[in-house]
Amino acid sequence: MDSPWKKWFPTLMVFAIFLSPLLLISPKTYITLTISGLAMGMLLFLVASGFSLIFGLLSVLNLAHGALFTWGAYIGFTSFGLINQWTGWGGSESIFLNITIFLLALLTAGLLVALLGVITERLVIRPVYGSHLFQIFITVGAMIVLEELVRIVWGPNDEVMPVPISFMGSYDLFDVVVSKYPLIAIAMGLIIYFVILMILRKTKLGTIVRAGVENPEMVQVMGHNIYRYFTGVFAVGSALAAIGGGMWATFVKSIHPAMGGEVIIFALIVAIIGGLGSITGSVVGALLVGLSYNYVAYLVPKAALGITMLLLVVILSIRPTGLFSEGT
Amino acid sequence: MAEVEPVDEPILKVERIHSLIGKHHVLQGVSFQVDPGKVTVLLGRNGAGKSTTLRTIMGLLSPSQGTIRFKEQAIHHMKPYEISRLGIGFVPEDRGIFNLLTVEENFRVAMHQENGKTRERMETVFHIFPDLKKFWKATAGNLSGGQKQMLAIARPLVNRNELLLIDEPSKGLAPIIIDHLIDSINKLKEFTVVILVEQNFYMASSLGSDFYLFDDGRTVHHGQMEELVQNEELKKKYLGISG
Ligand SMILES: Nc1ncnc2c1ncn2[C@@H]1O[C@H](COP(=O)(O)OP(=O)(O)OP(=O)(O)O)[C@@H](O)[C@H]1O
Ligand SMILES: [Mg+2]
Repeated sequence: MDSPWKKWFPTLMVFAIFLSPLLLISPKTYITLTISGLAMGMLLFLVASGFSLIFGLLSVLNLAHGALFTWGAYIGFTSFGLINQWTGWGGSESIFLNITIFLLALLTAGLLVALLGVITERLVIRPVYGSHLFQIFITVGAMIVLEELVRIVWGPNDEVMPVPISFMGSYDLFDVVVSKYPLIAIAMGLIIYFVILMILRKTKLGTIVRAGVENPEMVQVMGHNIYRYFTGVFAVGSALAAIGGGMWATFVKSIHPAMGGEVIIFALIVAIIGGLGSITGSVVGALLVGLSYNYVAYLVPKAALGITMLLLVVILSIRPTGLFSEGT
Repeated sequence: MAEVEPVDEPILKVERIHSLIGKHHVLQGVSFQVDPGKVTVLLGRNGAGKSTTLRTIMGLLSPSQGTIRFKEQAIHHMKPYEISRLGIGFVPEDRGIFNLLTVEENFRVAMHQENGKTRERMETVFHIFPDLKKFWKATAGNLSGGQKQMLAIARPLVNRNELLLIDEPSKGLAPIIIDHLIDSINKLKEFTVVILVEQNFYMASSLGSDFYLFDDGRTVHHGQMEELVQNEELKKKYLGISG
């Protein structure tokens, strides 16, 4: 476990995957691909980290997580539209107003979906704590119901996701085309990662959550109502899925009711590669998946999904519990 | 029996409790009481039900019959976190260390609140367990067995606890460490009443004032520790100790 090779394995892995395409791709294209890979990674991180945290602390496999992502995208879509109707901030020339409306839409999505997540936990998941098999059945059921509800509320068709004016277009840096929104997505992802990490590492709340991942019974015996923390983690995990949904929709500029089901597969792979219950693992896993997907999609488009699976298989055969351990 | 002693109310009174683990009827009538200012030792063979009794007091199992009173208040229907906040600390058999957390963080989780009083109590803890100050920033999982046990016993002391349940602190420790542990528990019993489950008779008899003998999920005998030390027959019958 403690040999230097094992310790540095995740870092080496990232660098190997990060640099190897330079052998095949021109540096300019490489930079463009890397930026969109990092952006995709950061968006996947948002979905995967919520899933992973919920599994790490509660030992709950919540396959309805993808539907919460979809709800986040739709609520983000609707609230952006409404706020824009009142204020026109989305079409304003001011970057500040663009960012404000974007964040307000994400905040609305995060809060409402946190509530939806908590309701799902109370109604659907409480009765099946402790049994992964039942959790799989019942949360797949919940996923279908939540997805159908999206169809009922918003209709079955694709919608165009509005994007604030200044998020569109690209910069031209020394002849390299760099789209703006991916940079915003990377920055947002990093900020959220550091905020979660600081909460987990530095606050008493985070310390109790990490202790609970390791020994929930002992946390109870020390005077903390672990179920309240469970609910809190569920709310935060759901909010992260929603923010991921809203940001993903802005990335691909469209939403549709089945979008969560497609992304949750990637999120699952990311969470497993990174190590379930590890927030740092989610970031590293997401970046690995995002980058390798983008490089391969450029070189051999048909192999893009395959490379993700290959990554999963290789990493699990070396480290069966993923790159990082729970609570890191 | 006790004409001259002041009659203090027992701090804990356990009456005829029964507990089930799954379908196993593990406790079948456990009764005992713990008086203030004493170390009460629970003894008995492997599987006699000592740990299950402590877990039942902490609310980790709820008794199917019987009552548990802490300072007159019935606690047998309460949740573990409520029982903890009443002022009962617990050191489980497996020590319950958070291995991925630092020593400092282990204490932080244990604290019911953080204020001046807590810092004062922390000084007392360092006084009794000086090693812990040395390893304050270390990951708890890297401590030695003895140090982990010290940490496990020290953690609840950061709260204003009135009762501390300790399950087999000597388990897996070398004799010299056990002596060290006996010293520490002797010091901390100034601050809290202790219930000690202990197989190591040397430790049990050095620390205990009252004892209860467990057999097959029942309390079958009790008295003062000195009596048991003398009573070869009881020791042989219930503890398998001879000589
Ligand atoms: N999870 C469980 N499932 C079924 N039976 C159990 C379980 N835990 C304990 N028991 C049974 O309950 C009885 C009492 O166990 P307990 O751990 O309280 O004994 P103990 O007196 O603490 O023993 P030891 O000295 O070995 O720690 C034993 O017969 C044990 O087999
Ligand atoms: Mg035991």
